[in-house]
Amino acid sequence: MSYQLQFGDLAAYAGMFASGAAVTLALTAASTLLGISLGIAGAAVYQSRHAGPRTAVHAYVEAIRNTPFLVQLFFVFFGLPALGVHIGEYTAAVLAMTLNLGAYSVEILRAGIEAVPRGHREAAAALAMSRRETFVHVLLPQAFAKVFPALASQIVITMLGSAVVSQISVADLTYAASYVQSRNFRAFETYFLIAGIYLAMALLLRAALTVAGRRLFTRNMRGAR
Amino acid sequence: MPLVKTEGVEKQFGAHHVLKGIDLTVERGQVVSIIGRSGSGKSTLLRALNGLESIDAGSIEIDGEHVDARHADLRALRLKVGMVFQQYNLFPHLTASENVMLAQTVVKKTSRKEARAIAQQMLERVGLGGKFDAYPDQLSGGQQQRVAIARALAMKPSVLLCDEITSALDPELVGEVLGVVESLAREDMTLIMVTHEMRFARAVSDNVVFMHEGRVWESGPPEEIFGRPSTVELRRFIQ
Amino acid sequence: MIEFTFAQIVEGLLLAARWTVLLSLVSFITGGVVGLLLLVLRVSNSRLLRSLVRIYIEVFQGTPLLLQLFIVYFGLPLLGIDVSAWMAATLGLTFFTSAYLAEIWRGCVEAVPKGQWEASASLAMNYFEQLRHVILPQAARIAIGPTVGFGVQAIKDTALVSIIGFAELTKAGTQITNATFRPFLVYGLVALIYFALCYPLTRYARALQRKWHAAR
Repeated sequence: MSYQLQFGDLAAYAGMFASGAAVTLALTAASTLLGISLGIAGAAVYQSRHAGPRTAVHAYVEAIRNTPFLVQLFFVFFGLPALGVHIGEYTAAVLAMTLNLGAYSVEILRAGIEAVPRGHREAAAALAMSRRETFVHVLLPQAFAKVFPALASQIVITMLGSAVVSQISVADLTYAASYVQSRNFRAFETYFLIAGIYLAMALLLRAALTVAGRRLFTRNMRGAR
Repeated sequence: MPLVKTEGVEKQFGAHHVLKGIDLTVERGQVVSIIGRSGSGKSTLLRALNGLESIDAGSIEIDGEHVDARHADLRALRLKVGMVFQQYNLFPHLTASENVMLAQTVVKKTSRKEARAIAQQMLERVGLGGKFDAYPDQLSGGQQQRVAIARALAMKPSVLLCDEITSALDPELVGEVLGVVESLAREDMTLIMVTHEMRFARAVSDNVVFMHEGRVWESGPPEEIFGRPSTVELRRFIQ
Repeated sequence: MIEFTFAQIVEGLLLAARWTVLLSLVSFITGGVVGLLLLVLRVSNSRLLRSLVRIYIEVFQGTPLLLQLFIVYFGLPLLGIDVSAWMAATLGLTFFTSAYLAEIWRGCVEAVPKGQWEASASLAMNYFEQLRHVILPQAARIAIGPTVGFGVQAIKDTALVSIIGFAELTKAGTQITNATFRPFLVYGLVALIYFALCYPLTRYARALQRKWHAAR
C-alpha cells in the first residue's frame, strides 16, 4: 500500500499550531532578554581585577558550552526539585534557555570587548574615567555593535533549540506537532509542516534582528576607528 | 611589431568610468613607467594586460595576439606576461624555492629537477640564493618582493608587469627591490611599471606615461615628462 | 524503586557513553564527507547547483535538529522505508552536520586572501590548479580549528537522539533516573561525562585556532 501525502487535514489544527508558535516565540523573547542581560553581566565580571569572579564566570561558560542543552534542561527541571526547589515546566524552560544563551553571550561579548582598540581604553583612562565607566560607556557599546550579528545568530539558534522543551511538556510548536501527529497518524506531513513554520520563523527573526541592528547601530559604526 | 599594443581600451566599474580609451604601445625591450594619481586607472590598465580585469571596449594585443579576458586563452597569455604585485602575494605554505617552482611544475610540466635548478638560478638573480628553503614569514618585505619577482621571472615571460611593487615596503627596503628592477631593465627585459617612485622612473624608463582620470594625458621620454611637462595636471602632479 | 549503588550508576552511564562517542564519530565523518561534496558544488560554476546547495544549508540550519530527527524517524517508515533508531540517528545527524561543516569550510576558503587567487592566476594556473596547490592547502589550515570546534557540537547533538529512543548517554540518564529517582545525581553525572568528552576538544580547538590564525 503506497502512502499518499495528505497535507489537507492539518488545516484543522491551525489554531493549535498558532498557539504553539506563540509559546515558542514567547520563550525565545523572554530568554533573549534575560540571557543577553546575563551575558552583559558576565562580560562585565570578566573585566574585574579579581581572579575569583572571573574564574566563576569562566566555569559557568565552559559548563554550558560543553554539555548538551537537553541535559541542561533535564537537570533544571528534574534535578532542582530534588533539592527542594519546585518550578513549573515553563519556568524551567525559560531558566534553562536563559542560562544557555547567557553563557554563549558572555563569550561573544567578551570577544567583542577584546576587539575594541586598546587606544580607546587608554583615552578613557586619560579622561579620568573609572573602569566601570569605561566599560559601560566606551567598551560595551562598541562591542555590542560589533558582535550584534553573532548575537543575532545565537538568538535564532536558541529559538530552534527550544524545540526540545516539548520533552518536558511545554506546549510549544513541537509539542503541538507531536500531539497532532499522534491524532492523525500523519507524522511526516505534520513534522514537515512544522519544520517549515520554524524555518519561516527563523528567517523572519533573523530579518527582524538585522533591521533592528541597523537601526540601533548605524550611528555608531559610521567612521568607527 | 610592438610587443604590447592597446587601442581605445575602456573599462567601467558600475557607474564609474575607470578607463576612457587608452592607446598605448610598448616595444620589445622597452621600459615604460605609468604614473598618475590614485584612481587614474593605472592599476586597472595593468591588470587588463594579463586578463585579471576584463575590458568593456577596445583591443589589447600582446605579441600579435588579441587579449580579451572573456574569450582569450588566458593560460597562454599568462605564460608570456608575468606580474608582480604590491602585496607580493607569496604562497605562505610554501618555501621561497617552492614558490618559484610551483607554476613551472604544475603549468609548464617541467621536471622537478629542472624546476629546482631554475629556481636556484632565479633566486640568485635577485640576490636571495641563500634563502632557498625559507618560508615567506621568515623573510623581510623586501626579500619577499624579490622572491615574487623571481617567481614571475622563472616563467620566462616576454613582458613583466609591476604593480606598485615598492609601495607596501618600508623605505629602507625599497632600494633592494629597485636594484633588481634596474638590473632587469639593463638586460633588455620589457617592463611596464605602475610606480610612485619618480626618481627611479626618470632614471630607468625609456618612456613615461602620465594617466589622469582614465586617459593617457601625456606620454614621452622621461626628460620631457619630468623636465618639460606641457599640461597643468602633470605639472601639479610632479610637484 | 530499584536500589542502585553509585558505582552501578556510573558504570551504566559510562557504558552508554560508548554509543555517544561512536555515534558522534560516525555522524561527524559522514557529515564531513557530505559537507565536502556540498562545498565543491558550492564553488562550482553552475548557478543552479550553487543555489541548491544554499537552499539545503538554509533548510538544515534553519530548522530544529529535533524535527529533522523526527521527520527521518517517524516519517520515513510511513513512506515505506524502514528505519532503525541507529539509522535514523545517523542519517538525521549527517544532514545537519554536513550543512554546518559546508558553511564553516566555505568561510575558510573565502578567508584565503584574494591576492593568492590573483598571484596563482598570473602564473597561468587554471581554476583546479589554483584550488589544489594554492587555495585549498591554505583553507585547510584555517579550517582545522573551527572543524575540531564543531566536533564538540557533534557530540552534544547526539543527545537529541535519545528522544527517538536511541540508547546513548542521555537516554541512559533518563532510564536510570526513572529507576532510582535521583535526578540531580544522575543528570549531574551525565553532564559531567559530556563535559569530560567535550572540554578537552574545546581546548584543543582553541589552541589550533590560535596557532593557525596567527600564522600569516
